[in-house]
Amino acid sequence: MDITRFHAAFFDESREGLDAMESGLLSLESGAGVDGETINVIFRAAHSIKGGAATFGFTSVTDLTHLLETLLDEARAGRRVLDPGAIGALLVSVDVLRGLLAACEHGSAIDEVALSGARAGLDALLGADAPAGATAGPARAGSDAAGAGDWRIAFAPAPSMFLSGNDPLRILRELGSHGELGVECIDERLPPFADMDPFEAYLAWNLTLPGSVPRAAIDEAFAWVLDECELGIETLAPAAPDAPAAASQDATVPAATSAAADAATAAARKAGEGDNSIRVAVAKVDALINLVGELVITQAMLRQRSEHLDPVANEALISGLVQLERNTRDLQESVMGVRMLPVEFAFSRFPRMVRDIATRLGKKVRLRTHGEATELDKGVIEKIVDPLVHLVRNAIDHGLELPGERRAAGKDDTGTLSLSAAHQGASIVIEIEDDGRGLDRDRILRKAAERGIAMPEHPTDAQVWDLVFAPGFSTADQLTDLSGRGVGMDVVRKNIAALGGHVEIRSRAGQGTTVAIRLPLTMAIVDGMSVAVGDEVFIVPLSMVIESLLPAPADIRTIAGEARVLRVRGDYLPLLDLASQYGLPAATRAGGEQAPPRIAVVVEADGRRLALEVDELLGQQQVVVKNLESNYRRIAGVSGATILGDGRVALIVDAGGLAQSAPLPTAA
Amino acid sequence: MSHPARSDTPATARADAVASEFLTFVLGEEEYGVDILRVQEIRSYDAVTRLPDAPDYIKGVINLRGIIVPVVDMRLKFRLAKAEYNALTVMIVLSVGGRVVGMVVDSVSDVVQLAGEQIRAVPEIGATIDRQFLTGIGTLDERMLILLDIERLMGHETMGLVAPEAA
Repeated sequence: MDITRFHAAFFDESREGLDAMESGLLSLESGAGVDGETINVIFRAAHSIKGGAATFGFTSVTDLTHLLETLLDEARAGRRVLDPGAIGALLVSVDVLRGLLAACEHGSAIDEVALSGARAGLDALLGADAPAGATAGPARAGSDAAGAGDWRIAFAPAPSMFLSGNDPLRILRELGSHGELGVECIDERLPPFADMDPFEAYLAWNLTLPGSVPRAAIDEAFAWVLDECELGIETLAPAAPDAPAAASQDATVPAATSAAADAATAAARKAGEGDNSIRVAVAKVDALINLVGELVITQAMLRQRSEHLDPVANEALISGLVQLERNTRDLQESVMGVRMLPVEFAFSRFPRMVRDIATRLGKKVRLRTHGEATELDKGVIEKIVDPLVHLVRNAIDHGLELPGERRAAGKDDTGTLSLSAAHQGASIVIEIEDDGRGLDRDRILRKAAERGIAMPEHPTDAQVWDLVFAPGFSTADQLTDLSGRGVGMDVVRKNIAALGGHVEIRSRAGQGTTVAIRLPLTMAIVDGMSVAVGDEVFIVPLSMVIESLLPAPADIRTIAGEARVLRVRGDYLPLLDLASQYGLPAATRAGGEQAPPRIAVVVEADGRRLALEVDELLGQQQVVVKNLESNYRRIAGVSGATILGDGRVALIVDAGGLAQSAPLPTAA
Repeated sequence: MSHPARSDTPATARADAVASEFLTFVLGEEEYGVDILRVQEIRSYDAVTRLPDAPDYIKGVINLRGIIVPVVDMRLKFRLAKAEYNALTVMIVLSVGGRVVGMVVDSVSDVVQLAGEQIRAVPEIGATIDRQFLTGIGTLDERMLILLDIERLMGHETMGLVAPEAA
């Protein structure tokens, strides 16, 4: 049997397990989840990974996970409290494990440096502890053999110690309460009984304590007697990890045989844990969605053919087709829902990332998330993560001030970064908000002037913030390794545009900045209004259409001789001729004054309204959006294509894209 | 001795060694050949939906059993004298680099097998087509077949099918 078939499942589940470990550790660190259950979750995840890795022979993973498991086991049995230092070492190990898993998955080289660093960290914490009657843990050497990182204490009380009321025995007992105390009594100074002075201290001791005991505890024990004794406290250099390594080798042998059983019980436990879900390959879901798309097209075609039929004679047929349309619509909504995942999946990496960046920059950041349950297409979630990461880094790096600066400004020295997601109509809006220093309007304008970017006389705030998206634009004075090179924001905008979305910024000096990303919920099936432009048919998504009207010639004006506007109930909207907008050959358009009046369709996208000039309104239908970019490239102003009932291809109008290229209103 | 001198990259040399069957077609007065493994099907030329912002040789897109496929007219791309569209006009549907692309030609000839010795290096001539897109010149009896590296040609940004890399 080729065991490599199961590798993919192991890697997927292990990655999930590592994520669970990480979020558990983070919640322990923040004090939120100091209950036993969190530690149990972390332990079980480590245990599953170890078992699976042993089955497949990934010894590097097994060894490291084993150390983790031992540490976690002590923690969950109450024999160890995980302090921030320990959690830090555990988090580092989780990172290294991710790298190891990736290396095993792709057959690439293991990062030995990182691995030995992680192991040293864990070994230092573990020390040479020998829990009585070791169950799953390795049988460690007896308590007298000092393991890695132990304390060696040489304690020689001065002869007069008793006279100050101190009792060495009490000190020894106190040390013993912290951990397994190894005691070696040095009695060379002890005189024969007859010469002994009962008030004189003759004995000295060499003591060993496990390295897990904090230095502070040892110091405290000797606090009263520091100037009345000779005291030497040192850490033994960590012995070569032969002992733990050899021990874990032995442990893996029995682990391997029970690994299959372990993996099975872990899987069973996972299934039973109220999850009730099935792992399905994305390709299968996509195939399903394609088939439903084809069904919608066929149903549209049948509907179109049936329109010519005599309704009375074919009543049954027509009502059957109406029913079919309802069923198809329901089916399609259901199937689209299959690919939707809560936006939580995109947000999940941020607690760790925010913590790391904030620590690195010396800033204090509190992360809030809202609307994690809001659902979004899986493909979109995967592609939105990179832009979000960039924006979060920017917010912490440039937006939030250092604690001192914040206090001086009268703010709480911990900055707040909030990530939120919500449905708004047919879109989802994701916002990243910080309460930092906000964008510096003048600085940005100066930078724009430096780079020769033309700006209107009195730009609106929106126009100024928009400059931030220009390629290579950055007002940062220094580069940090995180940001400042100015290559980020334009890529963010491009990535979001590729998803059919838009991004905009709102900011107030001294108060903070909000970056709002708007994405269409599903790209696959859209209700559209079909319009004729020359010989071609275009689809305008109904969700964007406000109204359509036949404008009187008097309502069509021009500004500065070029830009045409349409007056609609007192507002002037930019008027775009779709034929010339899309560069359709002039010959197909009837021109001149005798041309039949052209219809204007008023659309709204991104809060901007504009009017599109078309030849004819053809009808309304549900269309399946086909990706133009799979075989071609992205076209500005076109969000996709579809296949009409008669088999022809129609392009779908991207009103948002057209709106962006429309002339901007200038501030008064 | 056979000397299939390949002045191109090793990749094309390997491709030639593996695929020695070519679909040949006619453009104007010349005969071309493409690797048969890249050819998906051959269709007649039908109504095409125009694309905004496209060069003249990209006629538009068609619906190929549910997939939107762009159509390139090679006669316009190679700037040949005339390009007619009638009942005999033929389109070769190719699958190159993960994309499906249609290519309009004057007519399709046949599928030929060419052994290594029958393929010569491309002579140093200034041509409308960049030498990097040719894998060689095939000789079969009296026919000269210009062998195209169709994958590289279609994937190249000068073809306009692929978005150019951001500057």
